[in-house]
Amino acid sequence: MLKEYFALVFGAILVNNIVLARFMGICPFLGVSKKMDSAVGMSLAVTFVLVMATAVTWPFYTFILKPHGLEYLQTISFILIIAALVQLVEIVLKKYVPSLHKALGVYLPLITTNCAVLGITLSNISDKYNFVQSLLSALGTGLGFLLAMVLFAGVRSRIESNPDIPEALQGMPITLISASILAMGFMGFSGLVTGLFGV
Amino acid sequence: MFDNYVFPIVLLTFTGLLCSVMLAVASKFMSVQVDERATKVRECLPGANCGACGFAGCDDYAKKLCEGAPTNLCVPGGDSAAKKIADILGVEFEDVKEKYAIVRCNSDCAESGYLMDYHGQESCAAASMFFAGRGKCSYGCTGYGDCVAVCKYDAIHIVDGVARVDKMKCAGCGLCAKACPKHLIDIINYTNDVYVACMNKDKGVETRKQCKNGCIGCKKCERTCPNGAIAVTDNLAAVDQSKCVSCGLCVAVCPTNAIRTCLDPKQTTPPPAEEKAEEQTA
Repeated sequence: MLKEYFALVFGAILVNNIVLARFMGICPFLGVSKKMDSAVGMSLAVTFVLVMATAVTWPFYTFILKPHGLEYLQTISFILIIAALVQLVEIVLKKYVPSLHKALGVYLPLITTNCAVLGITLSNISDKYNFVQSLLSALGTGLGFLLAMVLFAGVRSRIESNPDIPEALQGMPITLISASILAMGFMGFSGLVTGLFGV
Repeated sequence: MFDNYVFPIVLLTFTGLLCSVMLAVASKFMSVQVDERATKVRECLPGANCGACGFAGCDDYAKKLCEGAPTNLCVPGGDSAAKKIADILGVEFEDVKEKYAIVRCNSDCAESGYLMDYHGQESCAAASMFFAGRGKCSYGCTGYGDCVAVCKYDAIHIVDGVARVDKMKCAGCGLCAKACPKHLIDIINYTNDVYVACMNKDKGVETRKQCKNGCIGCKKCERTCPNGAIAVTDNLAAVDQSKCVSCGLCVAVCPTNAIRTCLDPKQTTPPPAEEKAEEQTA
């Protein structure tokens, strides 16, 4: 049982990395990875919102939508719930945890409708995870996002200051190329979880 | 019928309503008390959001002021704003060092002609990327007015193909200095009137070929200055603002008129600036 949970988290971090294997959340991945500290702030905010959103949307789907046969409403209702939730979380954090609000503040509204958040909440449903599995998958996904962001921020800081890059490739082109190389590197992790945990 | 059509609508509406009520209640009961002084302080600031204070706009500066930031950082607001802020916050008033912008180009491009017929996008940033602009001098003002576009005080204008600052209107916020792709604009103390209106570091002969008003590095000003406030390095004179007393001797002696002063009404735009200056100082 515990093994299964570990496999789930590791799988979400490495094998099914949200950015580099599933290609969701590319926008913040390219937009906020210029500086290491903002990359970390953004990823922590994404992780936080992912777990919160899953904690709300999973019960909503299971106990309200599914019994009434309204599965087709999941996308639109999840958008609604996540958007409201993020706003609420922001208000609460501002009041009670100002330091956390300050650290995440700029990034929280940015990820209100981040496709990574919506994508994971929806795929938790389609993968038929139970509540705990959904939460763990959300957490793992967030950590995977953090990993990808930190790795890429490091790569990018080296690329941007490198004068040897041909002029035509400077800026976004070389960023996209290096992102694809990083994504190919993550392909090497496929099979890792099965090998390690035998699940 | 109800299950298929009405219920989904009711459900979504209800969910949306619930969320909005929750948010409304939350924003009411958990709103963070904004420092009352911040709102008052904000009203004293000019609201140009120029960033001369070093903070992200006037709102941010007002917030930081309440947390103890120095009151004399708002250059556009000047002494009057600083005084009001000091009153509200109950701290001692500190003098604001008023500043204004100068353009370090004395170009006569309109007279001596251009290197090329530039038909590209009419902005300094674009023009200066293309072989350093259309002028013969690669250091000089391209004259497309990127600085004019950013000025919030209508203080900088293109006169005869080169940007000129109206000292009376200029608030010294430094937005134009950031906008100039040639880095020709300096922000200097309000009390200083003399500046070298050239950035050309080529040798005198070369400069002469490009522009007859440029600094040729002859060092006449250096020898004339009684306070040792002007020095020539890399074929270019530079005024030490801390030593200069704006006596204007160097202006008189400069063979190419590259040194300008805001005192001479002939060289400042517009002419009635002198009267206003006296009003302000009095």
